[in-house]
Amino acid sequence: MSDNNKMETMIGATALMKALEKEGVKEVFGLPGGANLPMYDELGKSNIRHILVRHEQSAAHMADGFGRVSRKPGVCFATSGPGATNLLTGIATAQADSAPMVAVTGQVPVSMIGKDAFQESDIIGMANPALKYSYQPRTPEEIPTMVKQGFYIAETGRPGPVLLDIPKDVQQNEGKFTFPDEVRVPGYHPWTDPDIPNTARAVELLLSAQKPIILAGGGVIISSAFAELQSIAELLMIPVVTTFKGKGAFPENHPLSLGPIGMHGHAEANKLMTEADCVLAIGTRFSDRSVGTFAEFEKNLKIIHMDVDPAEIGKNQTTSVAVVGDVRASLRIFGKMLMDKAVRTSDDNPWLKHVKEVKQYWRENLKIHPGEMGAAKILRKLRELLPHESIVTTEVGQHQMWASLFFDAIHPGTFFSSTGLGTMGWGFPAAIGAKTARPDVPVVDIAGDGSFNMTENSLATAVLEDLPVIVFLINNSSLGMVAQWQRTFYDRRMVGVELNKCPDYVKLAESYGAQGLRAQSMDELDKAIKTALKSDVATVIDIPIDPEEDVLPFVAPGTGLKDMILPS
Amino acid sequence: MVWAILSIKVENKPGILFRVTHLFRSRNFNIDSISVGVTEDKKYSRMTITTIGDEKQIIQIVKQLDKMIDTIEVHRLDVNNSVYRELVMFKIKVNKPEDSMEINKLASAYSAKIHDAKKESIIVEMTATPHQISAFEELAKKFGLKEMARTGITALEREEHEH
Repeated sequence: MSDNNKMETMIGATALMKALEKEGVKEVFGLPGGANLPMYDELGKSNIRHILVRHEQSAAHMADGFGRVSRKPGVCFATSGPGATNLLTGIATAQADSAPMVAVTGQVPVSMIGKDAFQESDIIGMANPALKYSYQPRTPEEIPTMVKQGFYIAETGRPGPVLLDIPKDVQQNEGKFTFPDEVRVPGYHPWTDPDIPNTARAVELLLSAQKPIILAGGGVIISSAFAELQSIAELLMIPVVTTFKGKGAFPENHPLSLGPIGMHGHAEANKLMTEADCVLAIGTRFSDRSVGTFAEFEKNLKIIHMDVDPAEIGKNQTTSVAVVGDVRASLRIFGKMLMDKAVRTSDDNPWLKHVKEVKQYWRENLKIHPGEMGAAKILRKLRELLPHESIVTTEVGQHQMWASLFFDAIHPGTFFSSTGLGTMGWGFPAAIGAKTARPDVPVVDIAGDGSFNMTENSLATAVLEDLPVIVFLINNSSLGMVAQWQRTFYDRRMVGVELNKCPDYVKLAESYGAQGLRAQSMDELDKAIKTALKSDVATVIDIPIDPEEDVLPFVAPGTGLKDMILPS
Repeated sequence: MVWAILSIKVENKPGILFRVTHLFRSRNFNIDSISVGVTEDKKYSRMTITTIGDEKQIIQIVKQLDKMIDTIEVHRLDVNNSVYRELVMFKIKVNKPEDSMEINKLASAYSAKIHDAKKESIIVEMTATPHQISAFEELAKKFGLKEMARTGITALEREEHEH
């Protein structure tokens, strides 16, 4: 540890800001309250930009979106009690999708903890299972090390959210500070040496397969292993499917790309996944939404699993070879071993021929909604007009799965969604966070009306903070995914899913000072997207669609990928 | 189903026991017994947790514990190559004067100690394996078991054989 030995006297809140600045933090998303007033007072004096939210859940989602795009922890601030509990959904969302985040909450003074004080909540206890780690300093002097460790933990290994819960007196009291340049966390070992022997075994196994496939998960995006993945796929001419979270790990306009597998995966991806005899699975946790039933998935399939998290190996699926470590590092070694062997596969092998046929068949024959404003058509229109490097987030529901099916992610790491926790309301604030990290590219939230309702007050933030994101609102005036399940599994007994065209989203946008556009035809949609892309204010494009349109293909819960329901 | 003894070295800080037990709850694993105390180095505590599950579950819980930032070392002890003991106290009913004698004999057969011998009850303390404790418990029940308290298992692995 090479500390600067000069002790500086200041209050805890000043030390917090200094420590955040030292981590390179330029913006925080938050909302002030009684127990974090001292930090807000110091935030005002610092060089850090404050982005005010209208609900703390959105602050957490913005930090999450910022973190996923920049691959540095996004920071959110909230006060104690309800401020902190409002962050919880956002923290759990970040944890489920391994997003780096540092949440800083105010807490009642140390002497009041446990006294059921006003706005006291045991946020560390409540958030524990949704956190990578947490800290509650009891003296101001602890703050710099905790911030340093917190960032280190949040962004290394498998990223995740870290909570710093700082009692008000700890923020206010003076202390003598040093700011460490390096920290050690004794029980934390995010890096493992490259596993050469198992990588060699993985190479052998994959090369011996007759019908190999690559399954790319979110880990490829987190570790930026795009080039490594693509070069291996091209060298071996192996088709690539992704998980939904891995969407954007591999260009979806690439000839070898089959798109996401899973509950609403591409027909060709699900079909070929079940036919493969060996999968190179990279940075994935084999979620039930991706693989259907675990036993069915691994039948007649040899699994090579690369992941940074050793606890993922064997958790859901039985693996033939496991390579633990950063997937980018592992793929590099894998690629080098292939080079050394001078392996090259020609593209006239029977498996690849079959893959091409199946892909072409489904690309031509998948039935889509016949209406002018069918989901596939409007999303393909968005893709046509949106520059490839634009960042896209989604909410959760039918629109999300349509985006998975009909919106190709082409530029690496440009598609983000709440895939693990499935948090409605995530996409819009996450888009604002993404825009903060990447103001140079268009950012679009592909939304549904039900989800947008949950955090639509973030329009205030988008407008006032000059973060002109686009909400592409696929509006079926219902909680569409639940409605689809009620139509499919509950004999059309529709309960609690009708949203009755309330509110009017054009007026809603305008009331916040944003731009509201309605697109009821393809022409109007074309114009609206172009207008939004040119606009320097946030835009909501309201696109009314047929409320009866289903998302298909569909792998029903508890069934295997081979039992996929197709459009009739 | 297998029975496993996990020996977990953690930093000696508040809140860690909570995190470890919370992990068992949130991952749907059971804690069969748990004991915690400081190690030879006061900076660390050792938790000894026994759990029952299938082999896959035990491997998974070891990995999840290992992944925790607060855990310094996690070992699944080899049950056949470890010394594991539990301390238990029985408060046994004395129904008639001869019982006292009987309980005394029984206790000495199990190398247990007698405490607080009263007319109505006797407290017996023993340190033994769970198997021996169960055996003694069955015998004690014949007199009437008023109360029982157990510490949970603590364990250390034997040194490797020197070749």
